Amino acid sequence: MKSLWQAGTCILVAAAALAGSLVERVPAQAANCSNPLENSEPVRRAGAKLYARECAACHGSNRDGIGKAPPLNQAEVYAAPPGVLFWVLRNGSLQRGMPSFAHLPEPQRWQIITFIRSQNRSSKSQPDDNPK
Amino acid sequence: MQLNCNAYHLACRGLVGWFRPLVLAAVLLFLPVAWAGEGPFFITYTHQMEEPGNLELASKNLAGQPDGGNMFLGGATEFEYGAKAWWTTELYLDAQGTNGQGALFTGYRWENRFRLLPREHWINPVLYVEFENINGADKTMLEVVGHDGQDDLTSPNHEARTDKQREIETKLILSSHFRGWTIAENIIAEKNIRHAPYEFGYAAGVSRPLALFARPDPCNLCAENFEVGVEGYGGLGTHNDFGLHDTSHYLAPTLAWNLANGPTLRFSAGFGLTRTSARFLLRFGVSYEIAQVGRAVRKLLGGDRS
Repeated sequence: MKSLWQAGTCILVAAAALAGSLVERVPAQAANCSNPLENSEPVRRAGAKLYARECAACHGSNRDGIGKAPPLNQAEVYAAPPGVLFWVLRNGSLQRGMPSFAHLPEPQRWQIITFIRSQNRSSKSQPDDNPK
Repeated sequence: MQLNCNAYHLACRGLVGWFRPLVLAAVLLFLPVAWAGEGPFFITYTHQMEEPGNLELASKNLAGQPDGGNMFLGGATEFEYGAKAWWTTELYLDAQGTNGQGALFTGYRWENRFRLLPREHWINPVLYVEFENINGADKTMLEVVGHDGQDDLTSPNHEARTDKQREIETKLILSSHFRGWTIAENIIAEKNIRHAPYEFGYAAGVSRPLALFARPDPCNLCAENFEVGVEGYGGLGTHNDFGLHDTSHYLAPTLAWNLANGPTLRFSAGFGLTRTSARFLLRFGVSYEIAQVGRAVRKLLGGDRS
């Protein structure tokens, strides 16, 4: 009985490892999609406004993550291609509790991504540049 | 909440029992408000689900005057909760007031929506199941099915309220987002539990925000906060008498205005398209979303330490 339990645990751990993070599970072709609104300060500010409105309740106003919602101020997110983040916003992950944000117009989703990815650079120069 | 319950254990348990709803109500008042971000439709559902843990409070109201009847105001108070990313559950409390006949509570509805596919596709199905326990005086008209018509709105309240309607309603919701446009179609089947045949209906709508880009600063009167659309809805008869004969149909331009601090205001002017339809229906509503109610409640009850 004990060995059965251990085997079950091993399978679950292996499945979890294979599942990986949501960013890792995005189809490869999604990475080819580039952000048409990158590197624009007004876009970044609009993205900050949208982040505060749509994302901060779960991921935290400082992007530290709350409960099951993962932090967004981590290297994996900064390094992810914009197309991958766009895919995640569009599809969500129903199993992990992340809803789809496909109801937001496409430009607004890119504005959010511009803000999220800009934090790596702006957080070094402006440590308190967070949406209120 | 921790109280010292060593000496008066049972009394304290009772006290905690009383306190919890009060503390819960206080917590709800101070939770952050989320952007309601509702589309402009009153009748047509899209595949947009409530965010998990969020609670939306909404009021949907309908004013009208059927031919040969009195002016009325029907209202539904809605509590919508995101149980899971794929499951939204809602409770409606319905009431109405009719000129010269007074006001009354007309019943409740409990609805559940289940998203069927995990990913976003060009068309996205959602299954809707609702139990409603209302009476014949209900004038919210949240769906039009079968041979519903303006005659149903003319019966005096004291007669209509004796007609109990315990019904199961199912909908197949199909919807898409395409280049800023939202396109949704609902196919409705409704059955009174005790008697009456299956009744069918439909709703369909198209909407779009006035601007697709968000402005950098918070604003109330900017175009991105307005979403306009049009929806059509009506009955399709029963399984014995399927078709458009003797059915009601409405076409309604709609407008949603999302305020910068969270609430959404909605308006719709519905025009009856057939002789059995009411000529004009004015709908208006407000919705207000409270973020992460589920987490706050779990914390309060000691089940979540995050």
